[in-house]
Amino acid sequence: MAIEDDVLVIGGGLAGVTAALSAAEHGDRVRLISYKQSTLRHASGLIDVLGYAPDRGEGESREGDGRSEGPLSDPFDAIPDLPTGHPYERVGLERVREALLFFDAIVGDAYEGGHTPSNALVPTVSGTVKPTARYPASVAPGLASDARSTLLVGFETMPEFDAPLSAAHLRAADVPFPVRGATISFPGELRDDAKRTRYAHILDWDESVDTGTGAGSAPGRAVLAETIRPHLEREARLGLPAVLGEENTGVVRRDLEERLGVDVFEIPMGPPSLPGMRLEDLLYGALEEHGVRVTTGVPVVGCEASDGGRRVDHVLVDRKGQEVPYRADEYVLATGGLVGKGVRSSRDGVTEPIFDCHVPHPEDRYDWFVDDAFGDQPFARFGVAVDRELRPLDAREKPEFENLRAAGGVLGGYDYAAEKSGSGVSLATGYVAGRRAGKEVRR
Amino acid sequence: MAHDTEVLVLGGGSTGCGIARDLATRGLGVTLLERGNLTHGTTGRMHGLLHSGGRYAVSDQASARECIEENRVLREIAGHCVEETGGLFVQRPEDPDEYFREKLQGCRECDIPATVLSGAEAREIEPYLTNDIERAIQVPDGAVDPFRLCVANAIDAERHGARIETHAEVIDLLREGDDVYGAVVRHESGPGKQAHARPGTTEEITADYVVNATGAWAGQIGAMADLEIAVRPSKGVMTIMNVRQVDTVINRCRPKGDADIIVPHETTAILGTTDDEVSDPDDYPEEQWEVDLLIDTLSELVPILRDARTIRSFWGVRPLYEPPGTGTEDPTDITRDFFLLDHAERDGVDGMTSIVGGKFTTYRLMAEQISDHVCEKLGVRGSCTTAEEPLPGSENLETLLAGMDDFGLRSPIARRSAKRLGSRSQEVLETDEPNPVICACEGVTRAEIRDAISQSGTDLNGVRIRTRASMGNCQGGFCCHAMANELSPEYEEPAVRAALDELFQERWKGERHALWGEQLSQAMLNYALHATTMNRDRDPAARSSALEGRGEDDGETTAAESIDYGAFDAGRGRSAESARERIADGRADAPSRRRDGGADGD
Repeated sequence: MAIEDDVLVIGGGLAGVTAALSAAEHGDRVRLISYKQSTLRHASGLIDVLGYAPDRGEGESREGDGRSEGPLSDPFDAIPDLPTGHPYERVGLERVREALLFFDAIVGDAYEGGHTPSNALVPTVSGTVKPTARYPASVAPGLASDARSTLLVGFETMPEFDAPLSAAHLRAADVPFPVRGATISFPGELRDDAKRTRYAHILDWDESVDTGTGAGSAPGRAVLAETIRPHLEREARLGLPAVLGEENTGVVRRDLEERLGVDVFEIPMGPPSLPGMRLEDLLYGALEEHGVRVTTGVPVVGCEASDGGRRVDHVLVDRKGQEVPYRADEYVLATGGLVGKGVRSSRDGVTEPIFDCHVPHPEDRYDWFVDDAFGDQPFARFGVAVDRELRPLDAREKPEFENLRAAGGVLGGYDYAAEKSGSGVSLATGYVAGRRAGKEVRR
Repeated sequence: MAHDTEVLVLGGGSTGCGIARDLATRGLGVTLLERGNLTHGTTGRMHGLLHSGGRYAVSDQASARECIEENRVLREIAGHCVEETGGLFVQRPEDPDEYFREKLQGCRECDIPATVLSGAEAREIEPYLTNDIERAIQVPDGAVDPFRLCVANAIDAERHGARIETHAEVIDLLREGDDVYGAVVRHESGPGKQAHARPGTTEEITADYVVNATGAWAGQIGAMADLEIAVRPSKGVMTIMNVRQVDTVINRCRPKGDADIIVPHETTAILGTTDDEVSDPDDYPEEQWEVDLLIDTLSELVPILRDARTIRSFWGVRPLYEPPGTGTEDPTDITRDFFLLDHAERDGVDGMTSIVGGKFTTYRLMAEQISDHVCEKLGVRGSCTTAEEPLPGSENLETLLAGMDDFGLRSPIARRSAKRLGSRSQEVLETDEPNPVICACEGVTRAEIRDAISQSGTDLNGVRIRTRASMGNCQGGFCCHAMANELSPEYEEPAVRAALDELFQERWKGERHALWGEQLSQAMLNYALHATTMNRDRDPAARSSALEGRGEDDGETTAAESIDYGAFDAGRGRSAESARERIADGRADAPSRRRDGGADGD
């Protein structure tokens, strides 16, 4: 017996959750099904919309017309000029704006950036700055256009962030504020290779740790503040790696700020990313609030069509080796790209594994890449092509199925890493795909 | 006039490093020049097979005998570089019985221990072998880490007073009349350890004798002194799997052919190889069909290879040579023996000998014979001890593992560190500071990275070959930036950035040949991490540096082209104008402005 819903969203990342919430706005029976941990946990937690115009593709060189060289101060400005087939071109500028408002409403004051159409420049773990449209509140005091002097502090046991080196890199990037870095030993008896969540939990729950001064033990946040204090000179703000709690980040930050008398901000890190996990928690809370049914830990392994192959009738879900049908009126494919395994490849070609949607790609696999590691990589654009309703298109550019839409990383035609557009595309296309799916059901 | 050094060795591969060690331990003053890092040429681009001699037992028994002898020597003097995997020559139904018999007989004639196994017995040793193999010959093949072995030779040479210069390219030989007496060298970043962003220099180094051990590049070096050395470089492809599908060296038991060997190597297995003559050892095509050929052909022996994950492919160039007039057409037929070309005897030009041909397993023996020759030329007495004296890292190996608990490392990291460092483990790993893991794929800790940096400076590829950091599944995506961070504070930020860019690009070079399936997903993840999370592809500091460079050249003002920080969001309720003013007030105070610290704070 099949499990029945109105809308079935496949994939639990930013695009899938947004699609499910957007569909649920219409009061439909919506289910989200996901397999592995979502790639949100890998992502920085920043919501990039468009940081650089993608005009180094389409045969133009990186040197191009000059605009591509610098970060875009207004991400929306460049959207109308995007090439045909880019996901933003498919949904249109207004839907991108709406999707961001939709996001703002979901996350509330956990995120900032909605007060201005401009991009913000966020200092990265390596000491560059990166354009982004929305950023966690914990990142806000660290923006690079804020001229206040800054101290970065890293931990000896966290080799991917070297605070003095990051500070030197920021200075080389001509940031408009004085910045320097210091490295300290994180309080407590942490293993040298402790997981990042371990640091977060000590701060979340203010665990008692050894003061390291022979004075016995004391609450972790107080000890951390005292360890940092001697390094502060007259800086107005303090940047720390993004491990300031998983659940109580606001409290951890306020506590450190009050003790030290400076603003405290986080620097987003690579995986596993605490800001990514917090966003995931927030989004899954919203799913629950809006009555979306969530099924996790099981893969969708195939589908059955109906109506002479024009519609998806049901999908098959592998539950402990047994294939169980899940049926809905409308489906949203949000399984991610190459990283999330929504797009797969072999020596023979590139495929979309669930619905076998067409994925345009060069036949010769040596045309999938270019020799410069940061060049215009064709593989970065792999994904399904869609019509303006976000329905995946077959090789003849006809919709694969009438009731299947795609959103997020599974889409092709854009390089989110070069453009810094990943989260924005997931939001905009998730929002549109979910809304369309919801409306079709009501019809 | 006294020369700068007694012997100048050109080439930092296994032969050059072996010669440097041999001569230095005999008490001679040695300087070694290598244009890249150690092993940069052919040595670092081999499949890691420590020959038992079995592969040559039919076609070239003299080489086979040398191989088994040196195989035994290296197990003793370089235990920390060798894994005694054993090897199998596997016969499929279509492979000729006659050749199998010849192979077995050849092994016995050459004193190579050889045991015949049934197909079932062979599969008990290697369960992924295909079901229909007929039988196999078991021989003492092994796996060897060419990087570690070369570096150990260089370290020992240095301990005996040798000067080892990497990133030092020979741009000319010094020749006067019929006498070669040294070389002109271009140091990429000045003499001594590599230090990115430091300006290069050139140096003339005179010597009593010059040894040209540049292998496939010997012809180019010879030409600098108008000497003709007809090397016939031959390329071969190798493909690295992400796991060890086999723990034993697997050879196909049939007459010479492409794609007939799988060597387990550290955490990986390496598929090899092909044999195609090339005209330029620095510029030859690397093609898809070569990779496909390896996978498809070797899948006949080990079927799971067909759909297994590869992490990269690389090509090496053999320094094949045959005396003028031999005229062998097929490079696979050219002898693997080595030739000592004394240019005095051959060309009437004194002061230099070239070594060409040869193979990695017998590098020490070659080095010994060449060192004997050099000593004879220089009238120096000194006997070779390299077959008896263990290399640094292989002293008292048996007492080592017991002590590994002392370093606070968890197994398997402790085990792997000990295997790499051998008897140097204590010296390297004993530290009072935290010692986090930098490369999780290969289990490399900070202490080991810093030890490697102390040897190779900012050359992170030099750190890589010493430690294996960035050589696992993620191909450096998750660790190469952390490796670079360890260069600070000893090296300045621009040098760290340049070193990281170089390593990242080098890793990408080999990974391009593995871009499908899991490894394409990994490549996208790496790209996303470095471009999206770190924005390294649009690094404003790189632009600033480039702009500064340009400004110096043509005097253009460049302020308009750097980022206008004032045009971006400065935070809710916070005006970006203050940033703009600050920019206008003079941002040039970069290093010193830490002093005026919070003056601008609110």
